[in-house]
Amino acid sequence: MSVIVFGLVQLVPGDPIRLALGTRFDQETYDALLARSGLGQPLVTQYFGWAGRALTGDLGVSFRSGETVTSLIAERLPATLTLAFASILVALLIAVPLGTLSALRPRSVVDRVATVLSQIGISVPEFWMAIVLILVFAGTLGWLPSGGYVPLTEDPGGWAQRLLLPAVVTGVVSGSVITRFVRSSVLEALGADHVRTAQAKGLPTRQIFAWHVLRNALLPLVTVTGVQLAYLLSGVVVVEIVFAWPGLGQLALQAVQSRDYPVLQGAILLFAVVFLLINLVVDLLYTAIDPRIRR
Amino acid sequence: MSAPLLEVEDLRVRLRTPRGTAHVVNGLGYTVGRGETVAVVGESGSGKSVSVLALLGLLPARVATVTGAARLDGEDLLTMSPERLREVRGPGVGMVFQDPMTSLNPVLTIGRQLVEGIRAHGEVSKAEARERAAGLLAEVGLPDPQRALDRYPHELSGGMRQRVVIAIALSNNPSLLIADEATTALDVTVQAQILDLVAELQAEHGTGVIWITHDLGVVAGIADRVLVMYGGRCVEDGTVDDVLERPAHPYTRGLLGALPDLATSDDGDLATVPGVPPAPTDLPPGCVFWPRCPVRSDPRCATEQPPLAIVPTSHRDIGGGGLVHRAATWCEEGSRG
Repeated sequence: MSVIVFGLVQLVPGDPIRLALGTRFDQETYDALLARSGLGQPLVTQYFGWAGRALTGDLGVSFRSGETVTSLIAERLPATLTLAFASILVALLIAVPLGTLSALRPRSVVDRVATVLSQIGISVPEFWMAIVLILVFAGTLGWLPSGGYVPLTEDPGGWAQRLLLPAVVTGVVSGSVITRFVRSSVLEALGADHVRTAQAKGLPTRQIFAWHVLRNALLPLVTVTGVQLAYLLSGVVVVEIVFAWPGLGQLALQAVQSRDYPVLQGAILLFAVVFLLINLVVDLLYTAIDPRIRR
Repeated sequence: MSAPLLEVEDLRVRLRTPRGTAHVVNGLGYTVGRGETVAVVGESGSGKSVSVLALLGLLPARVATVTGAARLDGEDLLTMSPERLREVRGPGVGMVFQDPMTSLNPVLTIGRQLVEGIRAHGEVSKAEARERAAGLLAEVGLPDPQRALDRYPHELSGGMRQRVVIAIALSNNPSLLIADEATTALDVTVQAQILDLVAELQAEHGTGVIWITHDLGVVAGIADRVLVMYGGRCVEDGTVDDVLERPAHPYTRGLLGALPDLATSDDGDLATVPGVPPAPTDLPPGCVFWPRCPVRSDPRCATEQPPLAIVPTSHRDIGGGGLVHRAATWCEEGSRG
């Protein structure tokens, strides 16, 4: 995996040192920087140097700012985590009720409306939805700030206000995807033979629904939520930029623009690790939810 | 004779399907007495399962229309309120389904699935319900019932699971037990055990049993009376002896003739009833069996539905205790093949 990360980043065209130095520099400075950055060495040497250091937690130093990559990432991580978890919360708040209602009344008005809404949610570009929301809620109505980020510890009110719009935009997109999954998995669970057994036992409808339908529909829901969370955690670049949200996506984009290899490599490596971690967590959750997977 | 436990009258079930309205059950009527076992036999698609699912309101309301009457202890199951029906499911009617592999919830323990059924019908503490659940599992012959309570369905074999399903169906001492192909998915030795078990429990509790099957061997073994279904109609009913020994309907004769006989069948082909059952969306206007009938001769066969009439040749006095032998056919006595 680290080889792919490293290789991909090297494929980005452009000379990072030129970009770091600006338009006016002399050959000596260039050479000095080249030597210091190690970019003059063969790629294989560069890779093993980077990978070896990465294993010890040292992801190198940014070409642009001179800060360590780990500190840059650590700085951005809280904002990304906040947005990702807020978004997934919004997504689930939309998807679970909407998908369940659709499944309970297939082909009804509710179902059709939900289908259309989630189709729109999936297809509308995030930046467009973001801009519209900013225009309405920050512009016309003036209720919310148009962007930025303040840590929760400093100003809880401002934190929540600034979090709301970006979380809604990413949450609607993820929520639309999850709605479709909830609908189909609840529909499938509803048709299961054991639901009929539960009915024949004379259980109250609510109990049947909670323990014999939703409980069984949970497995696919956990899977798709995990995938969506991984996607959200690897930085929602467009939304972060529109809302001036200082997250990892923004950091990665800036790194691409300035050919800041160490930062870019660090960010991508982190995304990959996050993805693996989430998959691990999802697998662990499976065993908690489904006894058939235990042992 | 006292009033029967269950009295089904003119039961009709229509299902809306993409290919039109399916007339799945068409005017079915029968009774089940206390402690009596009635076997319902017929091919796949003859409406056996649907007719009992309809009794308990277990058909999807969006597509199914059920009419007629089904009185359990005098109370009509088809018109009662959903809440009353919920109360009847369990203590009134227990149901065992065909496939033990899918009729238990895979993610809940056996104990939970039993306990929730017990607690849905009365103020019972969890501990008490668990105690009763363990007792039920012991009753259906599950080894080590205390430990079985904490196991999941996938940890048990098919036969053991079906015992659990039966335990669930019996958990509220139902006055009527409906077993829908309850032993079809099991191998014969397990099937025999389950049949014995149900007979035992029935003798003990006086439960009325409707046993749906297409296995005539099972019928001969356990049933008091038999109801033969074809095309959503009862084409013949009577005591086991009458129906199996002296079948009056050509379809019943065909079914019995299709039983492979170990003593004589070393000469090759198995006997079959040629043709396929009619599609419930497109039933023939006359006798439902007419298109496949080997002895059709009466002009009314193709145009007029034969009524379920008493078979005149029964060897004993008819009308004695309701043990009538009836068949719906225009087929004359003399044309029996």
